Amino acid sequence: MSTRTIQDQKNLRKLNQASRHGIGASPLRPDGTLKVKGEFAYSSDLWHEDMLWGMALRSPHPRATILSVDVSEALKTPGVHAVLTHEDIPGSKFYGLEIADQPALAIDKVRYHGEAIAIVAADHPETARRAVRKIKVEYRVLTPITTEEQCLHPETYGYVHEPQEYKSHAHGNICHEQRLVCGLGVTDEVRAMADVIVRGEYEVGMQDQAFLGPESGLAVPAEDGGVDLYVATQWLHVDRQQIAPVLGLPEEKVRLTLAGVGGAFGGREDLSMQIHACLLALRTGRPVKIVYSRDESFFGHVHRHPARLTYEHGATRDGKLVYSDARIVLDGGAYASASPAVVGNAASLGNGPYVIPNVRMHALALYSNNPSCGAMRGFGAVQAAFGYESQMDKLAAALDMDPVEFRRLNAMAEGDLMPTGQRIDAPAPVAELLRRVKDMPLPPPLDPTDPDIRTLPGARSNTSHGEGIVRGVGYSVGIKNVGFSEGFDDYSTARVRLEVIGGEPVAMVHTAMAEVGQGGITVHAQIARTELGVEQVTIHPANTEIGSAGSTSASRQTYMTGGAVKLAAEAVKQELIARGRRRYGWTQHDIELADGKVVSRSAGVLVPMVELLGDGAIELTREHHHRPTQPFDPQTGQGFGHVQYSFCANRAVVDVDVELGLVKVVELTAVQDVGKALNPLAVIGQIQGGCTQALGLAVMEEIIIRDGEVRNASFTDYLIPTILDTPPIPVEILELPDPNAPYGLRGVGEAPTVSATPSIVAAIRQATGIALNRIPVRPEHLTGTL
Amino acid sequence: MEFLRPAGWDEALAAKAECPTALPISGGTDVMVEINFDVHRPAALLDLNRVTELAEWTIEDGVVRLGAAVPYARIIEELSGPLPGLALAAHTVGSPQIRNRGTVGGNLGAASPAGDSHPPLLAAGRDVAVEVASRARGTRLIPIDDFYLGVKRNALAPDELIRRVHVPVADGPQQFSKIGTRNAMVIAVAAFGLALHPRNRTVGTGIGSAAPTPRRAVEAEEYLRGVLEEQRLWESGAPLGSEVVQRFGELVRAAAAPIDDVRGTADYRRHTLSVMARRTLTWCWNDYGKQIRSAA
Repeated sequence: MSTRTIQDQKNLRKLNQASRHGIGASPLRPDGTLKVKGEFAYSSDLWHEDMLWGMALRSPHPRATILSVDVSEALKTPGVHAVLTHEDIPGSKFYGLEIADQPALAIDKVRYHGEAIAIVAADHPETARRAVRKIKVEYRVLTPITTEEQCLHPETYGYVHEPQEYKSHAHGNICHEQRLVCGLGVTDEVRAMADVIVRGEYEVGMQDQAFLGPESGLAVPAEDGGVDLYVATQWLHVDRQQIAPVLGLPEEKVRLTLAGVGGAFGGREDLSMQIHACLLALRTGRPVKIVYSRDESFFGHVHRHPARLTYEHGATRDGKLVYSDARIVLDGGAYASASPAVVGNAASLGNGPYVIPNVRMHALALYSNNPSCGAMRGFGAVQAAFGYESQMDKLAAALDMDPVEFRRLNAMAEGDLMPTGQRIDAPAPVAELLRRVKDMPLPPPLDPTDPDIRTLPGARSNTSHGEGIVRGVGYSVGIKNVGFSEGFDDYSTARVRLEVIGGEPVAMVHTAMAEVGQGGITVHAQIARTELGVEQVTIHPANTEIGSAGSTSASRQTYMTGGAVKLAAEAVKQELIARGRRRYGWTQHDIELADGKVVSRSAGVLVPMVELLGDGAIELTREHHHRPTQPFDPQTGQGFGHVQYSFCANRAVVDVDVELGLVKVVELTAVQDVGKALNPLAVIGQIQGGCTQALGLAVMEEIIIRDGEVRNASFTDYLIPTILDTPPIPVEILELPDPNAPYGLRGVGEAPTVSATPSIVAAIRQATGIALNRIPVRPEHLTGTL
Repeated sequence: MEFLRPAGWDEALAAKAECPTALPISGGTDVMVEINFDVHRPAALLDLNRVTELAEWTIEDGVVRLGAAVPYARIIEELSGPLPGLALAAHTVGSPQIRNRGTVGGNLGAASPAGDSHPPLLAAGRDVAVEVASRARGTRLIPIDDFYLGVKRNALAPDELIRRVHVPVADGPQQFSKIGTRNAMVIAVAAFGLALHPRNRTVGTGIGSAAPTPRRAVEAEEYLRGVLEEQRLWESGAPLGSEVVQRFGELVRAAAAPIDDVRGTADYRRHTLSVMARRTLTWCWNDYGKQIRSAA
């Protein structure tokens, strides 16, 4: 169930009638049916003759000194071909996305539960597992540094990284921080301007990306002394950039090809098994495959930062925001990963899509002995949204105003300034999204006389036949940036080739974009069809033979690599038309490609493309750069930091069994501006998926850590929503073009993950009257039994 | 790891006698998870899938003889009438795929306190018994009250296999409730089974996931039995007083000995037991009252 509102795309209208499967249509993904039927080849299905299996020994302790590592027994195991420790690393021993602070294999100490210490290659996974068990490590176990209090007092509790080990500007156990001040900041004078002040402290638990395809890949040693790596990842080129120095190889000798990816959500931005497989392959001269088990996967990738947030907001009696004063503390865990960028997002987006004249913000990420945290869908904006949206509801209540009307009164719009000083120079229909989401029809009320228990909290667990059920409704809106920020040039490269195959014009699109399930390859084909007026499009496997496509993250791939495909296809089109002008002397200025032909609007069909192409293919490569951004000033947070903004508004309807503390989300409505829906069905899928992941964070998803130890590394105890937890998600799409973006499009994937969680919590609060300052909300919070 | 595939029951007993550490496997919904997570690496697996009689059930003299390998999906489909409590519990097991494979025999063999079958089996009365056998000593019946010995420990000898479970056909309303923090596919945080036995005027209960073993709430059973007797409620089917329902809930709660773990706190488990006990009692008694009034 979804509706689609086309606002204004006159200025974007393209000569698109020729291709039924061009942009704006919803052709199906080529991988969809295969995945549903279990026939898709994932990276874990890779196989090579003579291949060995790699496996890592991981630390059972979150913080310990390694006194000795004895691999002799493991090496003696028949079938074992290599056992490596950090001493066997030929190149740099450290890597990292932003700060190279993570050892490829632990050196003299471990900093988190699950840190890899040694790796084994054997001719059978079971042999590798047994050999791993035979590696003897002597530890001196230390008390882990895990709480904010402990992290901020290193003189008492110790350093996660000793100051002399810092690879960046860290100090104490603070990995990165960002301050922001706008307007007058927050002073007693500013506070005095507010009639109503509300404060709140909020906490966000550690969410996992919970992708279903475990980390896996195959490294094949090459004759030139290099290595070919087939791997499920989010960004081939940045993987290579980190792998090559550790192997002591030039980048061109490390060649990556994307293997079948089973979901990512940020969890594949950092390296996992890549370096280990390559090290083992180069050492043994044999192909090496590594596949993480499900529990190892929980230790093998970074998670969403848990956060503690403190907010104080002031507003006038008539409901205008006066100021916001906030502190966001993110637990980054043992290694930096993407923490600096997550901090930048939390600070710059942490006041929400609202006009607030005076702001003071301090966001920081800590080093701790908890699991490392980094990228996950929503990236720093998710944690903040739970804080500021909870505050908006509190303020509305304090002012006795409707929470949606209060938000609308303060909603930012095109032309307004972000707290960073960046002017919003594209549509920002925040008030409109809120109006529309409120106007969507509500689901029918619960029928208490004869309810279908499958629709109640608890469902077939048969906990209620209607007893104790109270309904609640909540609203929220959120803001997310699109693309990499703070001066980063995350350009994308695309090569488009047009040639005649089998008597038909066929386009081939080659990029290094990681298709992780987002539907990018479908969109690339649509763009090629639209720009080149052809029906047949082939997608070349993604690899490092071509330039970078940037990361499949930050809602950026359709914008950035889609944009590169558009540029390359346009160039090919111009080249083809130029060839025609040279050959036939065309003088018309209205020449386009459509339906396999070169056409002029005034003169009709000029020539079939097949004839003009003949045997001469046209192949061109283009890079797409977004407009430049600037770093934020470290003290004031001022700067033109973000490429684009994305907004989503939600309404959640929940039924709560108030006696048992069980929750059923009955409906989760989303209204989002997408600029231009290149594939409306895929856009709706992204929004519904984002909402579902947000639902998980609201009511169930959390990695439980005690003293640095992960307690629930399994899908038995790390719960993600099932279909019985996932309600109907009606989606309304607005298409307000962004003049800076290809086709006017706006990145889609993350905004609903930012905005939907607070709406669900607001709905539970309305049903129960309980404050709820922590997510995920557990039944214990609702029953006073924590 | 050896993989033994006996063709019939006698062969299976022989294999178990020869290799007492062999782990029986039928649906594999529990055993395979433990192997995949490297929790358990048995020396041998004893595959019971060719022992077809284990996947059969019969009703004789008012007792269901449920083969150890009858999957949950068939219990729901075929036995909701005679075993309503067990069928309700079967509905809460895992996903449709798991219910197609998982079995009561597996639940009994694993003897996890969180197994969904245990509360309804305990509640179904003291005549419930697990039929086990060994090649050396033949068949014996273990009363369900004597079956669970500790966390994941049961009364089987190393050379014994579970053949069937004997459960009297329900003679009154039965209910089952289970708490989990999502609406499907959860291990029980706490569970409760209740059965009314009008024929012998007793009440059966079973608590899951809230003590080292599945257990009955004996005082709650006795209290309710006493009230029903004294107030002649078996005859009248008149509504229970709210204080009776309340007291029953408190006694069920008191019978539990739960722990705090990643799935829930001990306090929450106790709290939910009292709520589930009150609700299931209300549903059972309403049904019983309707039966009495329609019979009158």
